[in-house]
Amino acid sequence: MRHILAVLVENNPGVLTRVAGLFSRRGYNIDSLSVGRTEHPNVSRMTIVVEGDDLVLEQVTKQLHKLVDVIKINDITSEEYVDRELVLVKVGADPAVRGEIIQIVDIFRARIVDIGQRTLIIECTGDEGKISAVIESLKPFGIKELVRTGKIAMLRGHKFTSLNEFKEEE
Amino acid sequence: MKMTAAKALLQCLKEQGIDVVFGYPGGSILPVYDALCDFPEIRHVLVRHEQGAVHAADGYARVTGKVGVCMATSGPGATNLVTGIANAYMDSVPLVVITGQVATTMVGTDAFQEVDITGITIPVTKHNYLVKNANEIPLAVKRAFHIASTGRPGPVLIDLPKNVLQEEITYTNPTDLKLLGYRPTYKGHRSQILNARDLIMKAKRPLIYAGGGVVSSDGAKSLKKLAETISAPVVTTLMGIGSFPGDHRLALGMVGLHGTKYANKAVTECDLLIALGVRFDDRVAVDFKSFAPNAKIIHVDIDPAEIGKNVRVNVPLVGNVSTVIESILENLNNKQEDEWLELIEEWKAAYPLRYEAGVELKPQFVIETIRELTNGEAILVTDVGQNQMWAAQYYKAKGPRTFISSGGLGTMGFGFPAAIGAKIGSPEKDVILITGDGGFQMNMQEFGTAMEQGLSIKIIIINNSSLGMVRQLQKFYCDGRYSAISFHKNPDFVKFAGVYDALGLRVREPGELRGALEQALSTDGPVIVDCIISEEENVFPMVLSGRPLNEPIEG
Ligand SMILES: Cc1ncc(C[n+]2csc(CCOP(=O)(O)OP(=O)(O)O)c2C)c(N)n1
Repeated sequence: MRHILAVLVENNPGVLTRVAGLFSRRGYNIDSLSVGRTEHPNVSRMTIVVEGDDLVLEQVTKQLHKLVDVIKINDITSEEYVDRELVLVKVGADPAVRGEIIQIVDIFRARIVDIGQRTLIIECTGDEGKISAVIESLKPFGIKELVRTGKIAMLRGHKFTSLNEFKEEE
Repeated sequence: MKMTAAKALLQCLKEQGIDVVFGYPGGSILPVYDALCDFPEIRHVLVRHEQGAVHAADGYARVTGKVGVCMATSGPGATNLVTGIANAYMDSVPLVVITGQVATTMVGTDAFQEVDITGITIPVTKHNYLVKNANEIPLAVKRAFHIASTGRPGPVLIDLPKNVLQEEITYTNPTDLKLLGYRPTYKGHRSQILNARDLIMKAKRPLIYAGGGVVSSDGAKSLKKLAETISAPVVTTLMGIGSFPGDHRLALGMVGLHGTKYANKAVTECDLLIALGVRFDDRVAVDFKSFAPNAKIIHVDIDPAEIGKNVRVNVPLVGNVSTVIESILENLNNKQEDEWLELIEEWKAAYPLRYEAGVELKPQFVIETIRELTNGEAILVTDVGQNQMWAAQYYKAKGPRTFISSGGLGTMGFGFPAAIGAKIGSPEKDVILITGDGGFQMNMQEFGTAMEQGLSIKIIIINNSSLGMVRQLQKFYCDGRYSAISFHKNPDFVKFAGVYDALGLRVREPGELRGALEQALSTDGPVIVDCIISEEENVFPMVLSGRPLNEPIEG
């Protein structure tokens, strides 16, 4: 089963190496990992999608906790959450097919963010299902280049994975 | 107070109560060695190889319970430490390891003697720091000691670029560690403690399985109280030797691959396994699925990740082992299961540790004689291999921190430098090293260190002119096709001692042993006793791969 972990880490040099190294060293499979700053300058947030049964997840979480730079971990898989991914796709777009591409872009509420002589860059955000669907629809036009961010996710409502709440707990 | 960062570093060590450091100098760490001239209160032990420094710091930490400190220069100095760091990591030994690094302006350029030692040691340290801002050194050192010595102990490395060490800083002793993500749990969960007590009272065949966590949490007294209160026999891991008196009526000795048959039978037949500061390692559990098949399991450990890692447990208890045992003991009634204890006694009588005493010198006899001569009051340090297993089986250590051995990593060459650290940490005690001729040759250059420091270490070489443990594996698993296990040219170890003007003795027959050991023990300074044994000698019992734990071959 795939799990989504929201992980708060101290923003120290090497923290990404420590986390990524732990996964490979212990043989856990990362589906995706995205990382960026949070509302606190010293704290970063990682969203890690990891494959494994409950036992594996228990170990992953416990081993992550042992890293001194890891502040907090939430497995949000079974909670109510919002998740998003961003993709940029460069497709072949001869003038003859542009109209068709624009229709697809509209349907998915994606955006065209660059127009070249023979290519378009399309930006799309959404959950995994939507991103996959957009990519599938664009395939026939020839995908020249594709880059996606990996998932980020946040709990709905009055539940948090943040330092603020962490401080309140104490 | 204004001072160079190098001096600030030593000031920090002083404030941590450090009075001995094991190390080896070099270019990048020059500023620290320069500052050492101004800190006569810190004893620097100059080793002959950096591996010696880190194992010595490790041995020192194991016997004292304090943090061991070692240092080395950048590049090869730092990489020479790696085995020792990994060794300490596997056995949860608190170390602070200080390495010099090339100047920050050169980092990342493949400069002379540059290696990414923080990168290299991520998997084998509890944490590490590369300090690029001189003002952060006091905080980094304080954090390093805190992290190394609390929770599940382990090595922490601090990498210090040369130009950072040379900077002038205003020294202040940091008060706030600001470690957001580091807060070990010490007290066991209340309801789980009740559950544990409940299982203990219901058990008909309770067994305690004690490991290194009992020793490192200073829990030996609590363990004894628990065992006696509930009359539970105790098996120990290699790391747990000494956590329970080896000559106690409830002691069943070591469990696992080369454990006593009665310890292994007890594990297989108990109905409650009280696992204290252990990690169900594969040398013990052998096969996770069939380990303690009839038992409910209470697992106490400071590291939550160890609980449920290899085997499923019924009562998980995260906390300091000693503290948790004391909590369990509150309101715990005395009990005794006579049938179980009688069964144990039957097994002890039926399957004792044994060897054939005859005209040949036997390694088991060597260990037994040492036990007798020292009354178990000495600190026994071992190397790795058959010698280690015989020592573990026959020494029957009396107390914690008196049996020092490389467990998790099984590092040949650990013994001698660790004995140096042990003797410096515990000068009033006899320190005896049991080593193979193979392992001794991995770090025997430290004889110079031992001489220079005037350390009375008694080096007992169990000399089979071969890599005995590997030979044994080849005998049982490779149909006796022996490959690369014989030393056709060993040095004359008696002469080797003589080269340093130290005493060396050779023992070939059982009758010569006692006299030689007595002479060694009453001689000042390092002594080598070269005990010549047959290369055919094997360690028994031995659980063959794929066989059940309770059916070892007994020779
Ligand atoms: C550094 C290292 N290299 C290799 C091994 C594998 N190994 C385990 S025991 C052993 C033989 C040890 O021989 P010796 O030191 O003579 O001791 P004995 O087993 O004969 O008592 C070897 C090679 C090891 N444990 N450590």
